[in-house]
Amino acid sequence: MIARWFHRRGWSDMVIGLPYVWLLIFFLIPFLIVVGMSFATRTSTAPPFGFGGENPLINLTGYARLFTDTLYIRAFVTSLTNAAGAMVLCLLIGYPMALGLTRVDRGWRNILLMLVILPFWTSFLLRVYAWMGLMGSNSWFNKLLTGAWNWVVPQAWDVANVPLMHSNFAVVLVMVYTYLPFMILPLYANLERLDPTLDEAAMDLGSRPFAVFRDVTLPQSIPGIIAGGMLVFIPAAGELVIPTLVGDSSSPMIGRVISDEFSSARDWPMASAVAVALLILMVGPMMVYSRFEARAQARERSE
Amino acid sequence: MTEALVRIDGVSKSFGSFQAVKNVSLEIEKGEIFSLLGGSGCGKTTLLRMLAGFEAPTQGRIFIDGVDMAAVPPWERPVHMMFQSYALFPHMTVEKNIGYGLKHEAMSHSDRAARVREMLDLVQLTQFATRKPHQISGGQRQRVALARALARQPKLLLLDEPLAALDKKLREHTQFELMSIQERTGVTFIVVTHDQEEAMTLSDRIAVMDQGVVRQVGRPGAVYEFPNSKFVANFLGSINAFEAKVVAIGAQITVDVPALGQTVQARAVGGLSVGQSVTMALRPEKITIHRTPVEGANVLAGEIKDLAYFGKDSLYRVALPSGALVSVHAVNAARASDDERLADWYDKVWLSFDPASVLLLTD
Repeated sequence: MIARWFHRRGWSDMVIGLPYVWLLIFFLIPFLIVVGMSFATRTSTAPPFGFGGENPLINLTGYARLFTDTLYIRAFVTSLTNAAGAMVLCLLIGYPMALGLTRVDRGWRNILLMLVILPFWTSFLLRVYAWMGLMGSNSWFNKLLTGAWNWVVPQAWDVANVPLMHSNFAVVLVMVYTYLPFMILPLYANLERLDPTLDEAAMDLGSRPFAVFRDVTLPQSIPGIIAGGMLVFIPAAGELVIPTLVGDSSSPMIGRVISDEFSSARDWPMASAVAVALLILMVGPMMVYSRFEARAQARERSE
Repeated sequence: MTEALVRIDGVSKSFGSFQAVKNVSLEIEKGEIFSLLGGSGCGKTTLLRMLAGFEAPTQGRIFIDGVDMAAVPPWERPVHMMFQSYALFPHMTVEKNIGYGLKHEAMSHSDRAARVREMLDLVQLTQFATRKPHQISGGQRQRVALARALARQPKLLLLDEPLAALDKKLREHTQFELMSIQERTGVTFIVVTHDQEEAMTLSDRIAVMDQGVVRQVGRPGAVYEFPNSKFVANFLGSINAFEAKVVAIGAQITVDVPALGQTVQARAVGGLSVGQSVTMALRPEKITIHRTPVEGANVLAGEIKDLAYFGKDSLYRVALPSGALVSVHAVNAARASDDERLADWYDKVWLSFDPASVLLLTD
């Protein structure tokens, strides 16, 4: 009996199956619970939801509020614009860095790659607090900026300090800082695989360096751009900690809304509905990503 | 005399302490196919890359059509290159690949399209115009690379191991195709190759390179039949080489070859003196095998030690009484079964050769 299960094929099936089992237990089942909860009715019991009453089984109040209450719409818009801003900035900063990494010699490359990953070695919260310290109105950094501003502009525009904290700007800035490695690493992996003789071929055929980049490097790095973009955009859109700590509390992001609905408002069905809506919004870009990935892999196989 | 199309003037290239190319001077005429032949690491590819502008010479100068190339970047040189890996753009169709260089030409859209069609026609790929490089075969990719490099009508085409990635049958076919395309377009070709047969069939002239130095330049026949050194003789085909000493110079030169245990007559050449040490060299196909004793000056007696039957010809290794081994190449001109063969293992044979075939090498 045991021998029948633990042969070569059995092992490989098990290794392949394990992540699926993991996803089933720790993602799919909880998600189904959340979906179920989103159709429930809020009660004052513990847990604070139930089925029955006026709307047995399916109660769509939560979903209806998503479209009518501007709080949710604004939260979604804020989340998506902040995440998109962070993604674009990460791309603009990360692309030259990734390209630069592929052009330095091997020894330096490993050191520089290490430096890209290095921030992960310290606590994420600690790093956000460090940014709070930097941006706060009494910090040396803010005073420096204030001094520089007051020195440059006419006296009428003088400010007591530069308002950095509690703004969408601060949220985007810290998100760019946090998620930059997620943009650089897939881009680097993509750019590193490109054949440098293609650049030479383009140059040989009359292209100046910028045209070589535009015609050869950039089109070939689109899978990397998409991978990096998704890896930044998706977690950034659902980000909770950064907007809570440095964001503007009058225009919360969606992660904050979900958290508030669950904990302070104790409206679990509403929180679940928002979470389901966020997931549906994220599935779109994910599908674009996996389609590109599948196409890139198919091309590689046929070569 | 008119100025050569390419003039390489005392060019050297070092990478750190490694000297890849050492003081090379060459002139390449307009319209010829010129081969740089040598083993890996002999500097032939580095020389090609300097012509394309990807590397700058450490010393010396390169002139193309009389213009010093030192300050001309790759994208402004009248030179195109066919890369060993072909370096086709994977995200562009065959058509776009071929037309890529034309983007930089001041020509109308329809002229450009016509030129691409003309090139597709030249390499017989019209029906594959809209395919991507990964959707066509290796031989077709090679032709796309050639068409792309020829599209802008360069003065000079550099080909880096153009046939190395093709299988044997396709290689022979493509060789002739390359030659006919060269003839039709009139573009000067510089071919880098490690394959001596490829170099011999393709080229008008060959430069044999070794360790960054050009050892000999000449027409394929001249380099093969009159090599100036043991290295060149060995690199192009195979050769029997023995140490020898000049003993007499008359109408013919007599050399004493201790390994053969006798003297050998060679056609007279200048620049030798009695008593000088030379290398006596003889190509295997210049030797005739006899089953019965023959009279004459250049006759060696021996025994067949080894034989390799290739079908159209055979290679014999004949052991002499002195212990020396001589390789002999003989065409199997007559049809014969195994037991009727010219010679078999351990047969006693006599070898003869013409004094004119004997090479006396001092290098």
